Amino acid sequence: MSEEISIRITGEAGQGIVAAGLMLCRMYKDSGRHVFAIQDYMSRIRGGTNFFQARAAAVPVYAPREKADLMIALDKEAVASNKSALAPGGVLVLDAEKSGIKELEKGWFNAPIYALAREAGGPLYANSVALGMAAALTCVEFDKAGEAVRNEFSAKGGEVAAKNALAARKGFDYAAGNMKARSFRLAAAPHGRNCLLAGNEALALGAISAGCKFYTAYPMSPSTGIMDTVADYAARYGIIVEQAEDEIAAVNMAVGASYAGVRSMTASSGGGFALMCEGLSLAAMTETPLVIALVMRPGPATGFPTRTAQEDLEFALHAGHGEFARAVYTPGSPEECFLAAKRAFNTAERFQVPALILSDQYLAESVTNLEFPDVSAEPPDRGRLLKGDTGPGTGRYSYSPDGVSPRPVPGRSAALAAADSDEHGPEGHITELAEVRLKMTRKRLGLKLAGLAKEVLRPTVVNPGSKTMLCGFGSSLGVMREACAAVKDAGFVHYPQVWPFPAAETLAALKGAGRVLTLEGNATGQLARLMRRETGLEPAGSVLKYDGRPFTLDEAAAALERGN
Amino acid sequence: MEAADFNSADPVAWCPGCGNFGIQAALKTALAELGKKPRELLLVSGIGQAAKMPHYIKANFFNGLHGRALPAAAAAKIANRELTVIVTTGDGDCYGEGGNHFVHNIRRNVDMTVIVHDNRIYGLTKGQASPTSEPGLKTRIQPGGVILAPFPPLETALALGCGFVARGYAAEREHLAGLILAGIRHKGFSLIDVFQPCPSFNKLNTFDWYARRVYKVGPGHDVTDKAAALALAAERERLPLGVLYSRARPDYGELSGLDGMKPLVDAELDNIDLSPALADFR
Repeated sequence: MSEEISIRITGEAGQGIVAAGLMLCRMYKDSGRHVFAIQDYMSRIRGGTNFFQARAAAVPVYAPREKADLMIALDKEAVASNKSALAPGGVLVLDAEKSGIKELEKGWFNAPIYALAREAGGPLYANSVALGMAAALTCVEFDKAGEAVRNEFSAKGGEVAAKNALAARKGFDYAAGNMKARSFRLAAAPHGRNCLLAGNEALALGAISAGCKFYTAYPMSPSTGIMDTVADYAARYGIIVEQAEDEIAAVNMAVGASYAGVRSMTASSGGGFALMCEGLSLAAMTETPLVIALVMRPGPATGFPTRTAQEDLEFALHAGHGEFARAVYTPGSPEECFLAAKRAFNTAERFQVPALILSDQYLAESVTNLEFPDVSAEPPDRGRLLKGDTGPGTGRYSYSPDGVSPRPVPGRSAALAAADSDEHGPEGHITELAEVRLKMTRKRLGLKLAGLAKEVLRPTVVNPGSKTMLCGFGSSLGVMREACAAVKDAGFVHYPQVWPFPAAETLAALKGAGRVLTLEGNATGQLARLMRRETGLEPAGSVLKYDGRPFTLDEAAAALERGN
Repeated sequence: MEAADFNSADPVAWCPGCGNFGIQAALKTALAELGKKPRELLLVSGIGQAAKMPHYIKANFFNGLHGRALPAAAAAKIANRELTVIVTTGDGDCYGEGGNHFVHNIRRNVDMTVIVHDNRIYGLTKGQASPTSEPGLKTRIQPGGVILAPFPPLETALALGCGFVARGYAAEREHLAGLILAGIRHKGFSLIDVFQPCPSFNKLNTFDWYARRVYKVGPGHDVTDKAAALALAAERERLPLGVLYSRARPDYGELSGLDGMKPLVDAELDNIDLSPALADFR
């Protein structure tokens, strides 16, 4: 009996690898396992080689493994590019006829995947054959696979669903009848973590829950999944989703709608976010609440469009010309994505500042099962928004002890709503006066930052005082959690918010630590630099990965072992 | 309402003799005739001399980034469809820096009125060529004269399917006020390109220059005839003023379903029930 197993289904784009993977996740989740699955795909719609790798276990899992115990490859190229990732003692199932492979290596097993698919209706059903085989080879009862198929394909009509179910059945029966000796027995334990969610979906649900009523973006991988999910629920929740002509339009639309009193959001990846920088600065100057999700991928320029990175930490901290206060959230899990979205909307409105949410392709598209966080957490707090007949205000940008002024809603408050991107006086009109400039800068920068700092999300600290302490932000939460549980005398600090930087909390968390290392998905150790700058504490080194792939548990644990 | 009800306390920073004064007067006249209160109006602008207009009219205002007035204005209207949204922009702001937004917001067709103060020169940056500058116009940057072909705003708008296309002249205040009022009353994206002499920097397209060329489109012109509108817009020797094209077409509010919804700004944000969405992820 295995505690866990990693299953990789691989093939070219267009073969339904993602659908197969999502069905795998559902099947394991519904059969009493926890799952964590990554998507690895090329920037193309057909061809190439993609894979979906699900890790299923009797205990909660939060990170991918380096190797797959069971691999099902749907074409020749998939075999060639994935065989090195087969774990020792692992099984690779392939269709020798389809792949034109004559010699089977150790652990390889030939199965008539395509003949079975054709029997079910055609070669398109190979992915469901693979699912059925995976079920049989990991001793999951067929019903769970069948339910997963119905769930995945029911929207496409009864015939498609029925043919896929038949394909899964044929795959299951073939593997049960012919490959039983190669099967894995996987432990199970009933659990209540019944939601199956990726980071982008969780972030979108957070925005919906926060009352976002206007979502605008220009499509860009890997941020588009947020727009997809919001669009799926737009009609039900009274949300307008507007695809912008470019990211400059998107950010200016988000600011315009927010100025008019509506919770608004946009998202992009690095290149699109670069185009938004002036708009970010506009939000700060006009003190208009703005929420932007930056779902990172490797750059520079177009980079790796469908892969992952944490390269834009410093970019997010400094994006936009001029000096102004902002909040930067770096959630580490789908749960944290949900809460970060809700928090970001509140922060943006209460402080009238831009709030950024940093995610990355790995977090955005990795699927895991979880108990959904409390939806009533972080109820909408609109700060000093003026609605109704509150009487004329003292000016949109009137000075106040915390730097936040009353914000009239055009057409809804008695006071007129002003917004100006020029330097302006308390009434919002253009000024050239030095003393006004000084007061306004203090309001936008110092006073607001002080308020934001008081409410910064505290880092997650596990095993303080360990011989090695890993520090990370964003998507590294899960891999640090598991690696530190697997290695002796290791702990970690994870930042769900990196700006304002929680300096005092960092120093307290790392007090008595042996060696401090950062673990980051970039080439230069951006978090290490930030920590040094904000605390004076210099991490001893950084575990860096910048090949476009996520950290695996194996890599992180090995780095910790080296550190110890 | 009277024109004086829209007076702003903010001191005006335009040059003496600027065509903007005529546009400002026409806008106030149109707003008085419209009868809406300042709190029901939203003036949106980018950056440039024209973009200062919202400071000089009493209303809600959003003075945003250079070239980006249209996306901000469109979204504000989407956020609260009860607002009357007017954009005051210039040829550099709207046709140059914001050209992409000009194209796509005509397609988007949100109900707003866009007044382009077209002085065919860059005023705020002191006299460089604009997208509508005459070829041959000499500037410090273009000492041999402008060589780029001028951007044709009216023909572009007509080609894109804009439902209201008009041209005014800053010196014809009453006529311009009528165009603005008609533009506001048209449901959808309304474009009013306004000839605006710039005495400081454009020594070519002066009041005298315009006086010799402009004429008002007569009652014989069928404003629903797009071919006729295109022919008028293409005239280069004599320059027609008036509504060239006006035809109802479904706007964003109608097509997006927004018109059937409570204004987004009035949505209740407390106690949003997420359970129907969450059920899909179980």
